[in-house]
Formats: sequence, structure tokens, C-alpha cells
Amino acid sequence: MSIPSELKYTEEHEWVRMDGDVAVVGVTDHAQEELSDIVFVELPELEREVEEKEAMAVVESVKAASDIYAPVSGVVVEVNSALEEEPGLLNEEPYGRGWLFKIRVSDMELVEGLLTSDDYEEYLG
Amino acid sequence: MSDLKKSPLANCHAELGGKMVPFSGWEMPVRYQSIIAEHEAVRTAVGVFDISHMGQLYAEGEQAEAWLNRMLTNDVTALESGQGQYTFLLNEEGGVIDDLLVYRLDEGRYFLVVNAACLAEDWAWLNQHLEEGVELRNASEDMAGMAVQGPQVVDVFSRLFGGRTLPGRNGVEVFSHGGAELIVCRTGYTGEDGFEFFCSAKQGEQWWEEMVEAGAKPCGLGARDTLRLEKCFPLNGSDLTPQITPLEAGLGFFVKLKKGEFIGSQVLVEQKEAGLTKKLVSIESLERGAPPRAGYSVLSLEGEVLGELTSGALSPTLGKGIGMAYLPLSLTEVGTELFLEVRGKKVRAKIVKKPFVV
Repeated sequence: MSIPSELKYTEEHEWVRMDGDVAVVGVTDHAQEELSDIVFVELPELEREVEEKEAMAVVESVKAASDIYAPVSGVVVEVNSALEEEPGLLNEEPYGRGWLFKIRVSDMELVEGLLTSDDYEEYLG
Repeated sequence: MSDLKKSPLANCHAELGGKMVPFSGWEMPVRYQSIIAEHEAVRTAVGVFDISHMGQLYAEGEQAEAWLNRMLTNDVTALESGQGQYTFLLNEEGGVIDDLLVYRLDEGRYFLVVNAACLAEDWAWLNQHLEEGVELRNASEDMAGMAVQGPQVVDVFSRLFGGRTLPGRNGVEVFSHGGAELIVCRTGYTGEDGFEFFCSAKQGEQWWEEMVEAGAKPCGLGARDTLRLEKCFPLNGSDLTPQITPLEAGLGFFVKLKKGEFIGSQVLVEQKEAGLTKKLVSIESLERGAPPRAGYSVLSLEGEVLGELTSGALSPTLGKGIGMAYLPLSLTEVGTELFLEVRGKKVRAKIVKKPFVV
């Protein structure tokens, strides 16, 4: 299972890659493995304002629907619409072409509160 | 999951990395890797499922046939030795206690395979109605079961039992192999050719490994559910309940009202005369979207709630949302358009002919 060291993580099994003040968000390799076959992804509206920990997207596997929470507060500036046609990208490339959305972060301090790869690995146990 | 019963094949599942979930009081694998890959293996090649959680009963004695015929909806007297049939155990109101398979092994010897979740209730109900001349035995604890399913099933069987042939459709054969008794039934719950296999619990692991060795891909309950739903096979507890009759479920073929009285028959006769008020229909979504799931509302085009899905999934074969629901009879015609309420959104759908996948 892969946990790239350059990314930040949440206890909800999301990863965050900072690009200036924009957070690129996806689900971790562990999460996609647990969920298995993703068959549908509901992405947030562009320009939606989200609060940290707010449910903002849904990924559905064959067996269940799971909420995706905002890892940080901010505004949605881009979504990965390729997932509408190919939700399986989430399983194939969770850290690459399977990214979910980008948030322009309103409070950079929240980014500091995210888990490091070591923290996340420890959290998984 | 400590209160759950463990399958005699639990070690095999652990070795294969099976994701274990609670199911009907048992800890069972929902999948090994991908549900979709397991589903496809059964549709195009061959897969093997652990069905050790299912219950096995024997009814024996000179009155066994006549008694079973009063307990079950199908005509047990139509069975010759080596044949089996799908049938229902009903309550006095004609509602489904369980759907099961009954096989005639020999004159006066019957083998029943029942749902795990219903075993205790079936056992209590059957014993409560037991009659002189019938002996009922529960062999569930001592047996491991596996279902080998898919178009290449004959190859697997030949590799395991070269020289032997599978019993015919719905047939059963008991034979001894290496000194142990094995039961092979040409039945399944996937809509593909296949057999269900029962052996002693302690031999289960060895047989599972041989099945896998012979080319069957290990498959979990997740694929079992999508496979059966594509064929519109009902799931007890969801599509069948004690408040639903087999006629409402569209399974009247397995109810023989002319054979004489059986428990629940009076209600079914009256229901047939009066006409049904609701019926189980198959619904296919017309839009791409989130998979329909059990419990989601079914709405008319005007937005009125008509019922709810008793089963639902994204069909791996069709790539479309599919589900089943009980709807008022006047709205059950094939082609009727409606909406499914999928997590707050209305998704266009229509009633289609059964099964979803031919």
C-alpha cells in the first residue's frame, strides 16, 4: 500500500497536495482498496464554499456509498470530471488521475493541522 | 465479529485476503479483490463461493414425501430420486418463511438446502408441524458447502472427478470419494451453469483448495448478490418476507395449487381468485448515475411515492442501475416509466422484462 511522503493526509483517508494556496484532494490507496470497485463519483459544484469536515462529495462502490469530507476550508475551484466517465480511475491511480477536486484554501493554518505520511501510516496501524 | 459463526473455510478466506463481513450470523467473505472481477469470472469462466453458512436438513421416513408436500409449495411428488426443485416454506398467511431447494435422494429420503438466516426458524416451524413417520435432522453444523458456478463448470468438475458426469439440471447425486460422502447438486444462485457441493466440515478446506486449483476463481457474497439480481433471483429477507406471497413475487411457477392443501395454500387460492394488488417488478435506470440500492423510493412521473426498492445495484454486465420493487398492480406493466429517488435525486427509470441479463 502506497503512502507518498510528499502528501498530507486526513483521518478520513483523504490525501492533500498543496499547490500554492490550492489543495488537490483525493482518497488514499488504503481507502480505494477498502472501498474496492468505485462505480460512481458525485463531485461538488464549482465555486462551492466548504468548511473543513463538511461532506462534499460521494464515492460509491458496488456495495456502499461513502462521503468524502473537506480536508480544509475554502472554495472549490476545479473538479476531476474525468471521473464521471471513468470512476475506476480512483482505484487505478488514487494519487494521480484519480484525484477528486481542488480547493482554494481560505485558512492556511488548517493545512498545518493535516497528518504527515508518517502520522497517517501510524494512524492506519 | 466475535459472536459470529466461522465458516469451516475461514482459514482459506484469510489466506486469500478475503474481506470478511457479518452475514446472517456468520462471518463470510464479501469479496477477495474486486467484486466486478469476481462477477465477470462467473459470467465468462468459473468461480467458487463458500456457501457453508446455508443450512442442510434431512427429512426421512415413509411419510416424508406426503409431509413435505403439505409443508412446501412445489409438488414434491413430482420428484424422482436424484431430482431437486426450488420451493417455498410458507406461514399460515401464505407469506414466505424461506425459499429453499428440496432434493429427493432416494425413496423416503429428502435433502433440503435452506437460507442461513432462516435455518433456526425453518427448524422450529418444521418441528412444530412434524408428523409420525418422518424424521427430521439438521446436518448444517457438520457440513461445508461451496457453489461452483460459470460456463466452464464442467471442466472444473472433470478435473476433480474425472470419469464422473454432473447430474442433470436441478439434479442431485450422492457419492463416495476417498471414503467420504459427497453431495453434488446441479443448482446455483447466479443464473449460470453450476453445481453446489457439500462435504464434511473438516474436509471443506481441502475441497475448496482443489476447486481453486482446478480453475475456479474465489468469489464473495458481493458478486453473489449482483449475479443473482441480474437474473432476478429473489433474496430472502429483502425481496421475500413473511408478508409477501410467492404469487406477489412472481414465482407462482413454484407453487402447485392443484396438488392438494399445504400450509398457506388457502390464502394463495383466494389471492389468485381475487387478483393480486401488488407485484414484484424489475426496474432499470435510464440515466447514468449512482447505483440504486435497497430502500430507495420508487416514484411515479408525477412524483408520488409508489414503493421502495427491495434490491438494487449497478449491474456489472449492463453497466446500468437495476433493482426490484413491489408496486401496485396497475403500475406494473413492462415499459412503464418512473423515477428512482437516488439519494435525493430523481433518476429516470422504467419497468423491464425479467431477467435483466438473459
